[in-house]
Amino acid sequence: MNNLQKANPPALEAAIAAPSAACEFWAGVKGVAPILLGVFPFGLIYGILAISAGLPAMMAQAMSLIVFAGSAQFIIAQLAAVNTPLVIIAITAAVVNIRHMLYSASVAPHLRRLSTPWQMLLAYLLTDEAYAVAITRYAQPADSPTQQDTRRNAHWFFLGAGLGLWITWQLTTAIGIFVGAQIPASWELDFSLPLTFIALVVPMIKDRAALITVVVAGAASLLVFHMPLKLGLVTAILLGIMAGLLAERQ
Amino acid sequence: MMFWLTLVLIGLITFAYRFSFIALLERIKLPGLMQRALRFVPLAALTAITLPEVAIRQNALNLSLGNDRLVASLVAAVVAWRTKNVFLTILIGMICLYILQSF
Repeated sequence: MNNLQKANPPALEAAIAAPSAACEFWAGVKGVAPILLGVFPFGLIYGILAISAGLPAMMAQAMSLIVFAGSAQFIIAQLAAVNTPLVIIAITAAVVNIRHMLYSASVAPHLRRLSTPWQMLLAYLLTDEAYAVAITRYAQPADSPTQQDTRRNAHWFFLGAGLGLWITWQLTTAIGIFVGAQIPASWELDFSLPLTFIALVVPMIKDRAALITVVVAGAASLLVFHMPLKLGLVTAILLGIMAGLLAERQ
Repeated sequence: MMFWLTLVLIGLITFAYRFSFIALLERIKLPGLMQRALRFVPLAALTAITLPEVAIRQNALNLSLGNDRLVASLVAAVVAWRTKNVFLTILIGMICLYILQSF
């Protein structure tokens, strides 16, 4: 937040102008920078895992470009490694990524005046991290009497945050792919994927409903793992979500 | 070839999610039930993917202490719970696996 304040001109000068496009862009890059520290190892591990899961290097990199969603990419690589039918991979990825609709709904009012190419570009860059940073910019007041529409160039802030993340993700994927090809299977680096997921899930368990979701989804996944076509996975996910909703109601 | 098509399809679906409400322009709210369900999606999905990965060995359920990956995962879960640190969780989980396998 300090970066944002520094990037904006002092209140008196702002009576006429919104921050320039360049100013907004670099403030966006600065805003996402601390998050990139966490994304860096994540991208590396994705690259390494995609290779140890048996994906060709081209495909592993292409996935970062085409899908551009960390957790879904991990899951796709993992499912592909155990020869999951493609339909199930697609359905699982579609379920895992559905949260992006929520982000889209959240930023949509702020992007209304933009041209369609701008909207499409920002939509492509709308990851968990870019959303978290961009929304802080839009949360700043826009209509105080001295600051006429100071958010006029805020889409450049969004672009700065989104591109910062995009470049980091593509580069770390490439490095991971390169490193992954040199690592022998005996190092069991594929185990770092379940570990990554554990590291992501456990801190998310903040209340009883979340805990019940995890317990039900986990128990169901073990009970139905023999279902054909890996349908057990989708079944377990849906059961977990329903259990969470029910627990929350009480 | 089919895998490439699947990747493109997933990419299109993901983009459609991200573009959906931006494209609609009007502020449409998600139905309440769906909005509440969204929070449980990553929890349920990541758990359902991870647990069989470590608890099912050689195509059979193995919940015993002899399952190195399961034990290492439990240790990692405690680390994740106490530290909330992704890197540390992975590091200690891997070290734990190596130690267990050396016996």
